[in-house]
Amino acid sequence: MRAGSEPPSDAAATTSPPAHVTIRALSKRFGDTTVYNDFDLDIPRGKLISIFGPNGCGKSTLINMIAGLIPVDAGQILFDGKPLSAIKFGYVFQNYREALFPWLRSFDNIEYPLRLMHMPKPDRRKRVERLVARLGVAVDLGRYPYELSGGQQQLVSIMRALVVEPEILFLDEPFSALDYEMTLFMREQLQRVFLETQTTTVLVSHDLEEAIYLADYVLLLSRHPARIADYVSVAAARPRNDETLSRTDFVATKAHCLEIFQREVSRA
Amino acid sequence: MRRLDPYLPIVGVAGLIVLWYVAVWVKIVDPVLLPLPTDTFRALWTGMIGGKLGSDFLHTVERTVLATIIASAIAIPLGIFLGASERLYRSVEFVIDFFRSTPASAMFPLFLVLFGVGDRTKISVAAFGAALVILFNVAYGVMNARKTRLLAAKVMGASRLRVLMDVTLLESLPQTFVGLRNGVSLALVIVVVAEMFIGSTDGLGNRVFEAQQIFAMPDMYAAIFAAGALGYGLNLMFLLLERRFVHWSGK
Repeated sequence: MRAGSEPPSDAAATTSPPAHVTIRALSKRFGDTTVYNDFDLDIPRGKLISIFGPNGCGKSTLINMIAGLIPVDAGQILFDGKPLSAIKFGYVFQNYREALFPWLRSFDNIEYPLRLMHMPKPDRRKRVERLVARLGVAVDLGRYPYELSGGQQQLVSIMRALVVEPEILFLDEPFSALDYEMTLFMREQLQRVFLETQTTTVLVSHDLEEAIYLADYVLLLSRHPARIADYVSVAAARPRNDETLSRTDFVATKAHCLEIFQREVSRA
Repeated sequence: MRRLDPYLPIVGVAGLIVLWYVAVWVKIVDPVLLPLPTDTFRALWTGMIGGKLGSDFLHTVERTVLATIIASAIAIPLGIFLGASERLYRSVEFVIDFFRSTPASAMFPLFLVLFGVGDRTKISVAAFGAALVILFNVAYGVMNARKTRLLAAKVMGASRLRVLMDVTLLESLPQTFVGLRNGVSLALVIVVVAEMFIGSTDGLGNRVFEAQQIFAMPDMYAAIFAAGALGYGLNLMFLLLERRFVHWSGK
């Protein structure tokens, strides 16, 4: 068990740029189930990492612990050596319908975290307008969230997370409630956001192709207690597009990830 | 054809009036007990315009509205307070449910002793009944606030107070309006019953009761219709308020 969990983590440390987030000796139990036990992970700066693994292995638990939504039982999570409370971060929920505030217009939803920071109104407006222009978003932000399509709502959620200019962005299965057409569109939007902002991004995905397509590194987790089954570097150049999906190196990476995934699933 | 759909409710009203005429003509019921619709509507019209029915109507409106305001003023803040902590609500839930299930009319003698014969008793019993209904709905609205939405505010750095003010309160509004609609309906029921029996000289309940005592049947039906219109109108008013201020309800 121990032997398996260490080398990939070390390998990632040597091949990747300096770590932004360092996770050390993380432990978490739910009742009798040990989800994480003495878990170490480095998340590199300015990269997009996808977390992928068998159902119930603790993918969401991991980012929720990093983002402070769930307390850890033991261990340490630091951002450039600082605790979570000292940094700005953004979090995008899977369920955009329940994460946005339906009583606020989309523009005011995006502005809300700035209001919590006591930023004066004119500055808030300027900040949101700058973000909209930068991302080239074509959504009528004067509308209420429930008047927008699912994809547009999730785009508003992503903008709400980005407006504080976070050091790190967390996305928990952000597209899994969307139909396929919208999912493809939103992948491109997220890639564009990432290229535009170069924010360290942690994405939980249940779609292997999506996880690889968007990522610089794919973190493959085992069944719980979760270990790093592999930490795969995805070299394909950005911006990626449909052609990327059929290139031999992409197909090879996908086959490799799938093999490890299957191995972890069958391990009883 | 679809353009006529908004007028469909008229069908039921027309049907009822036709049935009423038929019942009078074939003398199913003693004509003294069932007057013609025209006589009834004339009694309603003349009663409401300058007659005693109009002032009785206003008295009932005043009592019902006062009772609802008092009930809301107590139950909404208390409901928010209790709902904010699920364990606190669970510890008083049985007491609330018990008195919510107790017919408020059974409380009249007690309130008579407390407040004497007069408006204070009628209004306070109605407020008591309405308050429990509103309280229960507000508390549930607060407790059932979407966890994701609360978490979203928290993760953006909102303090507990900000989460309460910016999210929980707004989340509970749709359920609060359900409570207000049910509360005002119950308040009207209690006020009308109180006006019938406990030393009353005015109000729609009193009007119905007195008309029946002297067999002034058109007047009695007129007062019943006035009470029906009042109940319907109050409900509609809250629905329109909800649509205006809680535009996201059900979406």
